[in-house]
Amino acid sequence: MTEQVESGSFDVRIGGATLAVRDALREVLSNLQPLALSADEAGTVELVLAEALNNIVEHAFDADEKPGEIRIRCWRRRDGLHFAIIDDGLAMPENKAPASCAPCVDVEVTALPEGGFGWFMIHTLAKDVRYARVGETNHLNLRVSSSHR
Amino acid sequence: MDLTSSNNENILVITVQEQRIDAAVALAFKDRMRELTEGPARTVVLDLDHVSFIDSSGLGAIVAAMKNLAPDRTLVLAGLTGTVDKVFRLTRMDTVFGLYGSVDDALKALRG
Repeated sequence: MTEQVESGSFDVRIGGATLAVRDALREVLSNLQPLALSADEAGTVELVLAEALNNIVEHAFDADEKPGEIRIRCWRRRDGLHFAIIDDGLAMPENKAPASCAPCVDVEVTALPEGGFGWFMIHTLAKDVRYARVGETNHLNLRVSSSHR
Repeated sequence: MDLTSSNNENILVITVQEQRIDAAVALAFKDRMRELTEGPARTVVLDLDHVSFIDSSGLGAIVAAMKNLAPDRTLVLAGLTGTVDKVFRLTRMDTVFGLYGSVDDALKALRG
């Protein structure tokens, strides 16, 4: 499912199922191996992409509709790894990506939040997070800074 | 979801025998935790030593397990490494849970 598009760039395509997210992450990390990212950088890439892909699988694809397709493009620049995640699912509410609010954890145990951490982690770990609805597709662009040269 | 458990002087230790707690297994994890914590142990140590990755769904499932034990019983975590540790620190959940380097450390501290 990987397609080399130009030197140092690659494309991964998956179907919109929860287990497909694991395959996609494995595929992306294996394509990034030549960069010898630190464990911390690789962890950041895996976390950011996992959150973005899980959101698409859970919210953009209606279970009753045909299974959608997600495409992950990656390319390198001096300022880090750039990712474009494109899917043909439903648009984000109001055509906007959710804001970066940290759920409050200073509460009684029984009132602790069990969700709402995904977008917070994306905004905290990635830079230049941009979402756009283009025709019938969602485009999420983001950058993960890395020390590779 | 492969979780194993053992009783150590009334402290229940649950070891996650898989490398990932993510969206694909979050529900199964919650269900299995509920089954394993049905006994009387007041303190449960969740051993995450084999876990190399959790996402926000996995984090939510661990929080749900903690809430399920509250208010009379408690969940502490042992063996957080790399990305798992990062997720807890970023979301400040490291301030909510008792965290220990290893199960041995946790047992020593909890027995006083």
